[in-house]
Amino acid sequence: MTRYLRYLVPLAVFMVLVAFLYRGLSLDPKRVPSPLVGKPMPEFSLPRLKDPAATLSNSDLMGKVSILNIWATWCVSCRAEHEVLLLLAKTGKVDIYGLNYKDERDKAQQWLAQLGDPYVANAFDADGRVGIDWGVYGAPETFITDRQGIIRHKHIGPLTVDALNNEILPLIAELQSTP
Amino acid sequence: MMKRLVIVLALCLLPVAVTVQAGVTLEAFKFETKAEEQHFKDLIEELRCLVCQNQSLADSDAELAHDLRAEVYDMIQAGKSDDEIVEFLVARYGDFVLYNPPVKPANYLIWFGPFVLLLVAGFLLLRAIRRQKRTAVTDITPEQRAKLDAVLGNTPPQQDKQQ
Amino acid sequence: MTPELGNFALILGLCMSLVLSIFPLIGSINNTPGWVALAKPAAFGQLFFVAISFAVLVAAFINNDFSVLYVAQNGNTQLPLLYKISAVWGAHEGSLLLWALILSSWTVAVALFSRALPPEIVARVLSVMGMVSIGFMSFLLFTSNPFDRVFPVPFEGGDLNPLLQDFGLAVHPPMLYMGYVGLSVAFSFAIAALIGGKLDAAWARWSRPWTMIAWVFLTIGITLGSWWAYYELGWGGWWFWDPVENASFMPWLAATALMHSLAVTEKRGAFKRWTVLLALTAFSLSLLGTFLVRSGVLTSVHSFAADPARGLFILVFLCIVIGGSLALYAWRAPNVSSGGGFDLLSRETLLLGNNLLLVVITAFILLGTLAPLIYDAMGWGKISVGFPWFTAMFVIFTPFLVIIMGIGPLARWKKQDPGDIARQLRIALLLSVAAGVVMALPLFHEGNIWAGLAVMLSVWIVSSLVLSLRQRYRYRKGIAGMLRDLGSRGSGSYYGMVIAHLGVAFFIIGVTFVTQFDVEQDIRMSPGQTAELGGHTFRFDGAKVVQGPNYRADRGTIHVFKDDKEIAVLHPEKRTYTVQTKPMTEAGIDPGFTRDIYVSLGEALGGGDWSLRLYYKPFVRWIWLGGILIAIGGLLAASDKRYRMARVSSTAPAQATPKRFATEARS
Repeated sequence: MTRYLRYLVPLAVFMVLVAFLYRGLSLDPKRVPSPLVGKPMPEFSLPRLKDPAATLSNSDLMGKVSILNIWATWCVSCRAEHEVLLLLAKTGKVDIYGLNYKDERDKAQQWLAQLGDPYVANAFDADGRVGIDWGVYGAPETFITDRQGIIRHKHIGPLTVDALNNEILPLIAELQSTP
Repeated sequence: MMKRLVIVLALCLLPVAVTVQAGVTLEAFKFETKAEEQHFKDLIEELRCLVCQNQSLADSDAELAHDLRAEVYDMIQAGKSDDEIVEFLVARYGDFVLYNPPVKPANYLIWFGPFVLLLVAGFLLLRAIRRQKRTAVTDITPEQRAKLDAVLGNTPPQQDKQQ
Repeated sequence: MTPELGNFALILGLCMSLVLSIFPLIGSINNTPGWVALAKPAAFGQLFFVAISFAVLVAAFINNDFSVLYVAQNGNTQLPLLYKISAVWGAHEGSLLLWALILSSWTVAVALFSRALPPEIVARVLSVMGMVSIGFMSFLLFTSNPFDRVFPVPFEGGDLNPLLQDFGLAVHPPMLYMGYVGLSVAFSFAIAALIGGKLDAAWARWSRPWTMIAWVFLTIGITLGSWWAYYELGWGGWWFWDPVENASFMPWLAATALMHSLAVTEKRGAFKRWTVLLALTAFSLSLLGTFLVRSGVLTSVHSFAADPARGLFILVFLCIVIGGSLALYAWRAPNVSSGGGFDLLSRETLLLGNNLLLVVITAFILLGTLAPLIYDAMGWGKISVGFPWFTAMFVIFTPFLVIIMGIGPLARWKKQDPGDIARQLRIALLLSVAAGVVMALPLFHEGNIWAGLAVMLSVWIVSSLVLSLRQRYRYRKGIAGMLRDLGSRGSGSYYGMVIAHLGVAFFIIGVTFVTQFDVEQDIRMSPGQTAELGGHTFRFDGAKVVQGPNYRADRGTIHVFKDDKEIAVLHPEKRTYTVQTKPMTEAGIDPGFTRDIYVSLGEALGGGDWSLRLYYKPFVRWIWLGGILIAIGGLLAASDKRYRMARVSSTAPAQATPKRFATEARS
């Protein structure tokens, strides 16, 4: 009997392979999860977008549940997610901070003036160094931090209404209910 | 489908997944010695560009790759060790930034798998060869040979040339 | 010619495939000659319709018919004619149509060149190929139709990716597809043999030439791709272990193993089950490659735009074809009889050792390519397996393969006396080790251990080949005898082996020397400035803007001198194509047998200054020279007279056989 079983080995190996490939179809190989989730947010202090004399630093995000959204005018998907951000801002549930990543000041300001400004404040990261500290590898990315300043979630890619309803808002509610 | 395409556009800062990174933008980093330059090159070849993901930091033309190369260069100039530089990047981007999977128990499959496979397959092959040698027809018996000669009309041979 | 015609022709082609798959196969099992006879006409019909479909698409590109979505995405009025044609297979849908066309062509080829085979066998083989066609054509018609229309009709097309506007890359996919599809012939022969329950030396002899020709095309396709990457991508790389490259390399390795294994089965009737399994595996790897490249499961700089819906279709197709064939194998293989026995030291064992190593190498390439997917699917996090890992593994395993390559051709079938062969190879061993040591030690030059290893392996191969030739010289009684013997049965295979193995030696030297001894320099240069590299002097004479047919470029001029004598003027370019505005580099290369001088343009730094990268690459051409030699060797072997059989009618096999034995005894 075992003599015949050995001829099934190739088929068995193939079935295992198919299982992985099938699973692979629903995964995104480009998605790189962040090792920063669960860790304190990186320290930074950058000039603000609208008022270069003022600074935005991580202490501004502490003490409350905050959102940090990495965006730029050259990023097509950021345009796509902008409406969703405005929606989120309208709910008033959370302060949205922006990190304007490797962009041009006037272009960014014009953008916000034209399309609406969901941000409480924006940090201007001209050379992207702060972005590297946050493990940014492509805009847009969105981080949720809690009252203690720990990064709780990273959303890669543009925000969608679905993501808002299923991921972001529930997590914000949960984080805000704990002291 | 549309969403996917849009994500691809955002993440791979240059358009469309069909293209290859052509044309490396060469920063002329200044090094004190050739050895230092080689050290830098070796290091960036072992790090992965996260944007256009199947290229090393050395080969990639993505903006992020520029920035990270500059970062690595600065750290080398500041006297940081390879381990410190790697740790810096891994802390921010995870193990994925290493072009080679680190040799830790979770990755034994990758590092030792091929050799295990070779040993197992080699063992099976040897066993199969030994087994078939035993069961295979080796030579004909003298009676069979006599019969054969009769059929072919041969005179019986003087000496049987043994192997 | 309306594109609808193309779509309609494709549907008719699918109908032909259905006829081809069903009737001849059933007819061969139930012994219905009428149905069996349907195989050839159905095959011709299939090719006829697919060819029409393909021609319609080509016409659409040439006529700039942008009402067809695929043409609108990949064509352009300014595209030169050659690239308008090659744009047909420049993206997913069109390349699949090319697959279907090539598959239909091979099916007809099998139908035409199988007159010596019993019709039932041919019917089964063609049916199986027809089944594969059904898969591709339904994939085309239901998920990836190149004839879909677009409205409103754009005025201009999206243009073929500039990287693909190149002769090498225009020809590379057809070559590869010829290889992938060709492996389906061996696959179909294996299935036919399993169904019929008759797996003998004849089956191996029929399969071998088809396998070899497919393998030759794969070799050419891969070599072309590597060479193209070198001169087109601008930084002198020629292999990246990218998933798509691996997807072409794995079938090649499996086909190499299959070719060598068929030799054992053909000569000695041994290890038939293993050879059949290899035949199934080689084509399965081709199909798997198709899946990996088009499904989005892996990231690659190469892959077609990903679509998981299409990926699912291909996966189901894979399950049916590969799963079905392996199930058939599990069911029928135990009944296959074993062949001639052989000793632990014999040519059979060495050929199987070759197989073992090739299969293990294929397996670890598959492992490395799929590892990120496996880890992600199992929730073990994200890892990346890149160039360094693949290269390290490959370099560890290949030397063992090369060692066997030196011993195998000299070993006897069935039983080889160890002392005898050791005596023969003693001198080869001495020469190789000596050459290797000389290369590795810093005696006359900068010593390098990898170069030493490469030289040792190459000299080993070459000296073994010389020993083998010397043996043949003695047995054939001198040069005259050898010349007379050319063209007789078996000589094609032999000399093919010699040339192909020689190609491997060239390849090893090329790869190692260029990796170990190449020199490069990134430098900022002003017009008139000079730089030194690799014993040469480079003078940069600035860059000016030029206009091409569909691009604008900055064209640099560099004069290269050696010992104060000008040896080349190079013109690296940085092109911006009018439609897809990504910048592209064209390197300036001075090719040579023993070295390439390679210059690429980086960035304009202002004031006429440019950043440049200068390369000195020794022996890099030997890489592709090796590939070409391997392909030539394969062609020679495939043309061996013993594969050309006298026409046999199925009613008179008894009369044909004695004649064949008589001719074999003479040679």
